[in-house]
Amino acid sequence: MATEKDFTSTYKPTWCPGCGNYGIYPATKRALAELGIKPHEAVMVFGIGCSSNGANCYKLYSFHSIHGRSLPVAIGVKLANHELTVLADSGDGDGYSEGTNHFVHACRGNADITYLVHDNRMYSLTQGQTSPTSLKGTKTVTTPAGSINEPFNPVATALVSGATFVAQGFSGDIPHLADLIKKAIQHRGFSLVNILQVCTTYNKVNTFDWYKQHTYKLDATYNPADFNGALLAATRTDGKLPLGILYQTKRPTYDEQIPQIKVEPLVRQPIKVADLEPAFDSYR
Amino acid sequence: MIQNNFSWKIGGEAGYGILSAGAMFARAMLRAGLYVFDYAEYPSLIRGGHNTFEVSVSDRKVFAPRRPIQVLIALNQDTVNLHTHELAPDAAVLYNTNNASVPGGYYGDGVTVIGVPFEDLALASGAERVARNVVALGATYALLKLPIEGLFAIIELNFTLKKKPQAIIDTNKAAARAGFDFINKNLSKPFNYTAKPLSNPERMIMAGNNAIALGAIKAGCKFLSGYPMTPATSIMNTLAGQAQKHNLVVVQVEDEIAAICAAIGAGYAGVRSMTVTSGGGFDLMTEAWGMAGQIEVPLVVVEAMRTGPSTGMPTWSGQDDLAMLLAASHGEFPRIVMAPGDLEQCYFMTQEAFNLAEKYQTPVMVITDKYLASSHSWIEQSGFKDLPIDRGRVAAEKDLPVGTAYKRYLHTKDGVSPRTLPGTPGGEHIANSDEHDEESFSDETAEERAKMVDKRFRKFDAAAADVPLPVLEGDSNADITIIGWGSTRGAILEAIEQLKSHRIRANYLQIKYISPFPVEYVKSVFKKAKKIAVVENNKTGQLAAWIREQTGLAPDYKILKYDGRPFFSDEITSTIKNLL
Repeated sequence: MATEKDFTSTYKPTWCPGCGNYGIYPATKRALAELGIKPHEAVMVFGIGCSSNGANCYKLYSFHSIHGRSLPVAIGVKLANHELTVLADSGDGDGYSEGTNHFVHACRGNADITYLVHDNRMYSLTQGQTSPTSLKGTKTVTTPAGSINEPFNPVATALVSGATFVAQGFSGDIPHLADLIKKAIQHRGFSLVNILQVCTTYNKVNTFDWYKQHTYKLDATYNPADFNGALLAATRTDGKLPLGILYQTKRPTYDEQIPQIKVEPLVRQPIKVADLEPAFDSYR
Repeated sequence: MIQNNFSWKIGGEAGYGILSAGAMFARAMLRAGLYVFDYAEYPSLIRGGHNTFEVSVSDRKVFAPRRPIQVLIALNQDTVNLHTHELAPDAAVLYNTNNASVPGGYYGDGVTVIGVPFEDLALASGAERVARNVVALGATYALLKLPIEGLFAIIELNFTLKKKPQAIIDTNKAAARAGFDFINKNLSKPFNYTAKPLSNPERMIMAGNNAIALGAIKAGCKFLSGYPMTPATSIMNTLAGQAQKHNLVVVQVEDEIAAICAAIGAGYAGVRSMTVTSGGGFDLMTEAWGMAGQIEVPLVVVEAMRTGPSTGMPTWSGQDDLAMLLAASHGEFPRIVMAPGDLEQCYFMTQEAFNLAEKYQTPVMVITDKYLASSHSWIEQSGFKDLPIDRGRVAAEKDLPVGTAYKRYLHTKDGVSPRTLPGTPGGEHIANSDEHDEESFSDETAEERAKMVDKRFRKFDAAAADVPLPVLEGDSNADITIIGWGSTRGAILEAIEQLKSHRIRANYLQIKYISPFPVEYVKSVFKKAKKIAVVENNKTGQLAAWIREQTGLAPDYKILKYDGRPFFSDEITSTIKNLL
């Protein structure tokens, strides 16, 4: 069985000291290893941002795409070869600003992809601008008077868009996060793991302590099969952020509803010389 | 009396079944053993506006719509008013007396003008008012002295394909009969044009988009992700209709960016994949287009041009996007850009596109336009040539080095590095849009950057040596050489024939592969030619500019048209006649 080390490339991460990515990276590798997935069986599609620079650090089929587009690339990979374990990995700017359209439609389509979003509420690679998940009033170099927009709510958006697995984790709790990612990968269908994360360099508001104060773990009394309960947990007005699986349900995945790939993945179907005679006849 | 050579045109507002009647007539003439070429003009509307459909019919090969028009069916007043200048002096105009009028003396003396109550006749025969278009087909048959049975067969075929009940078929036949009888009763003198069915040689009739879709299936394309945009959409429709039979997956996604990204993902995972769009859609795709170049993923994109910029004229034709497509996306990377000019080329070059994309692991652009994409033409099946499939260099587990790391971006002589598909043990790497080293790790050192750019461009040099050279068609000692690209082919070929009767010898160079460009070949053509005219459907002469950039040479003339309409052969003929 592969270990965490087998998913580790020779490239050393370049994140800042104390970056939340140092929690997400091992949690993801641990989840893959513990599920018995081999490096060559996994594809991780990254967007652009600090988190996506992690594309270099994983030893698997890594795909460093462009800003906001990790999901559509991942869906193309999955439809071509649905036997692969496919993850998309983005940040909050990448996934919830540039890539929001793809995110909403991926929830609707329910392709069997696990979507990990590193949500540090800040554009950090571009040196500290407000992000879609920044709290209203966040002062940055581009919003010196404070940001005007209300923060985007990823978990609530996923729920109302039809996602079949919605979870929220914290970069500071690796065992808990690894467990969430494992369950997300095991889930058949689109799974979102929104990962609350510190940015020690640019986000001086949502610090490690801030998250400790504002998060709580969903306990055994919480029923993740209850959609209305999930919506309530996702939209609490007291500023408390739930950690755990908010919602999980079963629905046929996008890929399993395409008859052409019911049996054999597209990539393994031999290219036969197509018989076009019947098609030609229809034009006579 | 002229037999089996005429152009027919029907016009009315959207919702009048103009496209449907035109398609039925074109197919009927095809089955009558004649050569047909059709051309439709319509606004971006579902109801209202002005739609026309013309069918050029001949017992000799026809490559483009022919003007003047010999038969005009005017189902509304606009059709009466707008097309007078297109008519032959001895044309016939059948106009809809329920809806339009023609003042006395409006047309020349030679024109046969018959008012036909198309809608009354439709209703009287038990059909709906909308069957006015079928009444018009019946009237056409009587005018041209065609036996009505051929029309009945097409009505059967058309409405059966649309899964209409027998009662609809019967009332439409009655409507056709009503139009047929009306003209037989009211045609006072014989019309100068007739048609006579020949034996049916089983030719096909289709549009460029159909030929591209069939070529894609033949090439083993397994994946298309797209977002509807006129005039590219019917490629997607055609492939979706064939998807289950040929085990290919067609997905409509949320936008053009997702369309190209999913196609890139599928191509990376190892299936032949494509996306199709028009100019505005491709604008959205351009960043990912460059990504495909940088990470070296095979990708085929079809861009069916319409007039721009912005919304422009969405249902009209033009060749305005060449310069954009030759440069689209930031940065420099090898791209292959090709432009088929007719159905045979659409079918064959689509297969070439898939081979080249995989051989050189780089994006390939197939350019068409609304005119080529959606005009239907006759085609012999023997004209569709098949190309053996070449999947390029894909490394399996057994091909990978032992004891050392697999180098995804290995510096090879021709720049092509064997790629591994996800799922291959030991072939893990980063498909890296960041600049990278051979092992695919991000690397921004000056030396690696330059080496990797050179590697990618070695593929371009290899492709340049691989793509077929253009062919100078026609008289090698011509008075003038016409250079064109894409859909102007048919009109140019017809113009060359017309010029012969004016004692002008013209030959023709179609640039099918625009990038890589056949520099030396084109230089040699310039050297030998007496005069050179570049023909393009744009304002600025984008191919002429590209030729100049590639060869330093400029043509003597640029013949340009940018009004949303394709070239008609007589326009090229008269322009060249005046130039020489």
